[in-house]
Amino acid sequence: MNGVHDMGGMDGFGKVEIEPNEPVFHAEWEARVMALVRAMGAAGAFNIDTSRFYREALPPHVYLSSSYYKKWLLGLEDLLVDKGFVAPDEVKAGHALRQTKAPKRGKFTRDDVERILVRGTFTRAAPAPAKFKAGDRVRAKNIHPATHTRLPRYVRGHVGVIERDHGCQVFPDSASLEAGENPQWLYTVVFDSAELWGADADPTVKISIDAFEPYLEAA
Amino acid sequence: MAHDHDHDDHHDHDHEHGSELSEMQIRVRALESVLTEKGYVEPAALDAIIEAYETKIGPHNGAQVIAKAWSDAAFRQALLKDATAAIATLGHVARTGDHLVAVENTPQRHNMVVCTLCSCYPWEVLGLPPVWYKAAPYRSRAVKDPRGVLADLGIALPKETEIRVWDSTAETRFLVLPMRPAGTEGWSEAQLAELVTRDSMIGTGFPKTPGAPS
Repeated sequence: MNGVHDMGGMDGFGKVEIEPNEPVFHAEWEARVMALVRAMGAAGAFNIDTSRFYREALPPHVYLSSSYYKKWLLGLEDLLVDKGFVAPDEVKAGHALRQTKAPKRGKFTRDDVERILVRGTFTRAAPAPAKFKAGDRVRAKNIHPATHTRLPRYVRGHVGVIERDHGCQVFPDSASLEAGENPQWLYTVVFDSAELWGADADPTVKISIDAFEPYLEAA
Repeated sequence: MAHDHDHDDHHDHDHEHGSELSEMQIRVRALESVLTEKGYVEPAALDAIIEAYETKIGPHNGAQVIAKAWSDAAFRQALLKDATAAIATLGHVARTGDHLVAVENTPQRHNMVVCTLCSCYPWEVLGLPPVWYKAAPYRSRAVKDPRGVLADLGIALPKETEIRVWDSTAETRFLVLPMRPAGTEGWSEAQLAELVTRDSMIGTGFPKTPGAPS
């Protein structure tokens, strides 16, 4: 979706400022939200792409004015209610009031923690041979799905070169809709700055994205 | 951070130091209560996740990887070839999942990592990302004006140095292998690891210089 989350190349957000000795969390609730999202994902309530889609789908003014973990909370609440794991009045009451759908892998317990600290693989068996190889020139398609995609706007329509092949992986555009993993080949594609930002761009800069094969066409 | 511990030692943006709970604390507690009562999660499991990211998993893990790569040419090659597999050979570092790619800074090329779409970051080697990495100023400008971003951070590169920006748009995660600081010949891995900063592994900073105040 063409949302405000797709920020690459936007102007006007101001200086980057690093907070010295930044704590891991700025408040206890931030830590609880992070853990709740991880736990509910691991319990099977949603996959990572669906959780990203719900954060992107927050109204633009909410997305831009909410802290990072507030976005995580708002996205989590919306997702759990939409998918039927929690009823809206339960969120309001702060108590379970009725029977709802349980996550498919059951309760997330202390014994499950170790396994989620290491990322699982997103690699899947290839349904078809790769269309591209390192060195190929490709154009990022001019596509504008209204749903979740990982093709940022700032590269659409532009030509780059395939640098690496990462194998076949879960396709976020499908997984986010719970429409199956639909594995696709994944490549690192490198763009010259002038191709993306025009003739005045810094010629020493190159930018790469990781692009799934359906995002690309031969150029 | 224990579950029932209201007091927050850090400065925080919600001014939660009084006896009243903030709106966010109330809202998060409400959701946690619902999910706990339904039997979807247990609070002790949430505590353990938080404890891991507060104490075990952080930039010190990545620093050990970088120090090893500076000290051991064979490991450096293995790291650049397949970072996940190479780090798996280091028993003392947290286990690392799939799709980690190490990218090497050289006098000719400086690497910088961003996620313009959300906040993708190599948690297992760097811990949870800092606020600035996840915020609009960095996500918007890193791909268009990386030199300007580095200037904001007090980092100047030679004009002719190529800057390569890696936008983390899939599940690949990137770890920058910074250049080893001069004047560290003969240093142990433990000494070298002390010089490796979080930002030097994102590409928004350099390692510390020997002898400089930390």
